[in-house]
Amino acid sequence: MSETPTLELRNLEVAYTVRGIDRQVLRDVSFSIAPGEAYGLVGESGCGKSTAAFAAMRYLPRNGKITGGSILFEGNNIVDMSDGQVSDLRRSAISMVYQNPATALNPTIRVGDQVAEVFQLNGVSKSDALAMAEQALTRVQIADPIQVLRRYAHQLSGGMAQRVVIAMALASNPRLLVMDEPTTGLDATVEAEVLDLVRELRRDTGTAVLFISHNLGVIRHMCDRVGVLYAGALVEQGATADLFNNPSHPYTVGLLRCIPRGGLHKSTDRLDTIPGTPPALGTKFDGCVFAARCALAEDKCQSSQPQMVTIKGNHVARCFLSDKASSLPRSAEQIEFASQSATTAHEVGETLLNVSHLSKVFTQDGHQVRVINDVSLTLGVGETLGLVGESGSGKTTIAKLVLGLTAPEEGGVVSLDGKGLAKTLNRRDVHDVGAMQIVFQNPDQALNRRHSVTRIVGRAVERLRSFSVSESIDRAHELLSGMRVEATLHSARPVQLSGGLKQRVAISRAFAGAPQIVVCDEPTSALDVSVQAAILNLLVDLQKQDKTSFIFISHDLGVVRYISDRIAVLYLGRVVEFGSSQRVFNGPFHPYTEALLSSVPNFDGSIRKRIPLTGVVPSPSNPPSGCVLNPRCPRKAGSGYETLCETEEPNLTEVEPGHFMRCHIPVAKLKQLQS
Amino acid sequence: MTEKKLSSLAERSNAERQQIRRERMQLVLRNKTFLVGAVILAFWVILAIFGNLIAPRGASDQDFEYVSVGPSLKYWFGTDANGQDVLSRVILGTRLIVVMSFTATALGTVVGTALGLAAGYFKGKFDMIVMRLIEAISAIPVLIIALLAIAALEGRSPTLTVIVIGFVFTPNIGRTVRAAVLGESELEYVAAARLRTERTPHILFREILPNVLPPIIVEFTVRLGYAIFAIATLSFLGAGVEYGSPNWGSQIAENWGSIYANVWWATAFPALAIASLAVSVNLISDSLLEVFEI
Repeated sequence: MSETPTLELRNLEVAYTVRGIDRQVLRDVSFSIAPGEAYGLVGESGCGKSTAAFAAMRYLPRNGKITGGSILFEGNNIVDMSDGQVSDLRRSAISMVYQNPATALNPTIRVGDQVAEVFQLNGVSKSDALAMAEQALTRVQIADPIQVLRRYAHQLSGGMAQRVVIAMALASNPRLLVMDEPTTGLDATVEAEVLDLVRELRRDTGTAVLFISHNLGVIRHMCDRVGVLYAGALVEQGATADLFNNPSHPYTVGLLRCIPRGGLHKSTDRLDTIPGTPPALGTKFDGCVFAARCALAEDKCQSSQPQMVTIKGNHVARCFLSDKASSLPRSAEQIEFASQSATTAHEVGETLLNVSHLSKVFTQDGHQVRVINDVSLTLGVGETLGLVGESGSGKTTIAKLVLGLTAPEEGGVVSLDGKGLAKTLNRRDVHDVGAMQIVFQNPDQALNRRHSVTRIVGRAVERLRSFSVSESIDRAHELLSGMRVEATLHSARPVQLSGGLKQRVAISRAFAGAPQIVVCDEPTSALDVSVQAAILNLLVDLQKQDKTSFIFISHDLGVVRYISDRIAVLYLGRVVEFGSSQRVFNGPFHPYTEALLSSVPNFDGSIRKRIPLTGVVPSPSNPPSGCVLNPRCPRKAGSGYETLCETEEPNLTEVEPGHFMRCHIPVAKLKQLQS
Repeated sequence: MTEKKLSSLAERSNAERQQIRRERMQLVLRNKTFLVGAVILAFWVILAIFGNLIAPRGASDQDFEYVSVGPSLKYWFGTDANGQDVLSRVILGTRLIVVMSFTATALGTVVGTALGLAAGYFKGKFDMIVMRLIEAISAIPVLIIALLAIAALEGRSPTLTVIVIGFVFTPNIGRTVRAAVLGESELEYVAAARLRTERTPHILFREILPNVLPPIIVEFTVRLGYAIFAIATLSFLGAGVEYGSPNWGSQIAENWGSIYANVWWATAFPALAIASLAVSVNLISDSLLEVFEI
């Protein structure tokens, strides 16, 4: 420990002034990052992760202030520095990579000028700076740097933009790199590429990294040491492997348990949750910050604040009961909910929804863009169909076509229970509309913020089941209570509810008309993992009880695997693989599915060989000839089917009973390549 | 155990809600811009309602012993060339301008909101036609339209003026509402309403309208300020209101010639009245902009 740490936070306290009152966000946070070390901060939203990152650069929002403690950069206290000294540091020694690359770049300035500016600020002439910008982009593995330098930010894909941001951050050879959720908005395959890049660069440059993420898999992959934040306090800290293998704070234990990870399935496993919600900003505590939600909490946890105790080596936890943490009781609430669904005589598994030859063409700047191309799917009673694919693959558009929110092209048919449905919502009768409902991704947008919870759900019951107003309200309250939305919250507006509660209200609304099918469009991607687990449990319970079928859209493969019975993998608006969850996840895989699965950072820390997809997703307005995957296909080269792949589009064929693939390479050959 | 935790969560949420409301109220009341504007506006609204009881003299009472006499204890604001009490005429003139500017702005707001809602929601051809019309109207200066309309219809009635000003303000409100609705109608609660078979009017007025109220309220107060000036100007030019009725614009028009004879009070006080009313409305709209964070 003789070496001076690159960054050291000592008893840091930060407060935000909200509506005129100071509210504490960071409580007595201390940690240090050695030169060349990657330190990860995890925690749910609102726990102070980003605040810690911004504080490290003394770059707090206008209403934020440091109320105590110190921030030492290479031994010098940043808190006491003049503004000029801090800007000097930011220019030459500390860099930051933000969550959203699209907003981190200036949309009106060419990429080249923006990257060059970093060099110019350090006193390089304009022409030299441009040459150095080119080198900087080469360093982050951008294939055609001269082209990219001439472009504007909106002409870059998300992954490319994030590479440019990283290039800018590294331009000054910083000694500390702060990365705040650098891959959160990116697709899994792009995320994997960016993470690989960061790891390589770190090996080459030896920069210390403060890495912030809510994704435990990513943190496990990227960091040497990890700190867990809860309610602005550091509750546990240790070497990555120690902390993941032997979590010693009940919060960490709970957090790790509630993630649907490899192999868990709804039929056999129930997800753990962390009961309750994180405390509001600025809550004051007498005891442990986590005591209110901790199943192990004893009297002393409520009344006195625990100190950090050493578990092993430099693995520490702020808990009186750290030795018992691993025995945290499992918590998984059950719903109590009177079944009201139309009493159907259906058997589970009997075909309920049949979608055939759906296509959708959008006109964009005078071009015809075929976003959905000849999609056919079936869904059985009480089954879950998972739709996976990267952004732009057409997952949400398929959901809209099925629901009738947009009309499919000529020839596409959606039939429910063997009866063909009208193409658009306006021409479907109330029964058909109520039979298929949706839970949207973002409950903030899906619930009218001016209406009360009762009104949102009650109105849906009234319209879809033709109940009287008072009957509707009674039924709405019954539904809400079943979904564990307490009676006292029924008159609240959505803004007063937490994310999880909002999503419960949205689910209540979807179930208002006793639906046969509910589309879940990324229902948990805006939620924290502990809340996600509770929502997934709720959906599974509802399905078991009412034999409701789900179409479940998600980019999170762990979640899809947990909840789905069958899975359709989409690429450029086409189904490339369709089969039982088991088949799709255990192989033989379609080459695209294989690449997608291999890009997910492994949660258990085991090393998995990544099958990279080269290049970027082509534009649907100008799809490649032959198989649409062929320019990026990891299995094309050397398969012996190259010419066929490049000239002819394969059909979706049944390669094994109930397992469909759109690939020219025979399944036996794929199996051999993948083993 | 779980039950107890949940009910305390519910209680907490309710308490939080009241807390937030209280804190926001304090923020508004601490906002000096709002307070000053509200006090001045309240003053004029009270005069508009109770002016008859407050004014010391009648609108057309003349005192020939006091013609063009400066402010004194008897006549606080002095008298004009007709021996009329400036103070009483300012007080009695309040009602007309307050009522006219409010109704004109309200009219423009209602029509503009309806148009903006429909244009923003239906988009396409309807939106294009409405927007082109709106642009055409807003290309011509307000006063010219108003003067032309009043001259063409040979009307000097306040009703006609209110309708004309309301019509002229419709485009501004319509455009503001449309812009807000464009973003709002893409939100998923609108799709959710369609998925429970709601009809279009319900979606427009019950779902979307409440969410675009803040910009409408702000635009209303901005327009109100303009309406006050427009009405004062029109009456100054001799159009818009009936001849001889006490109102600030005509009062200035009748007396501004006597400024050269140093009879400043007969024009200064009505001018101050117009300015303070308009400023109070603008202060309020500024503070609302701040609170709604638009």
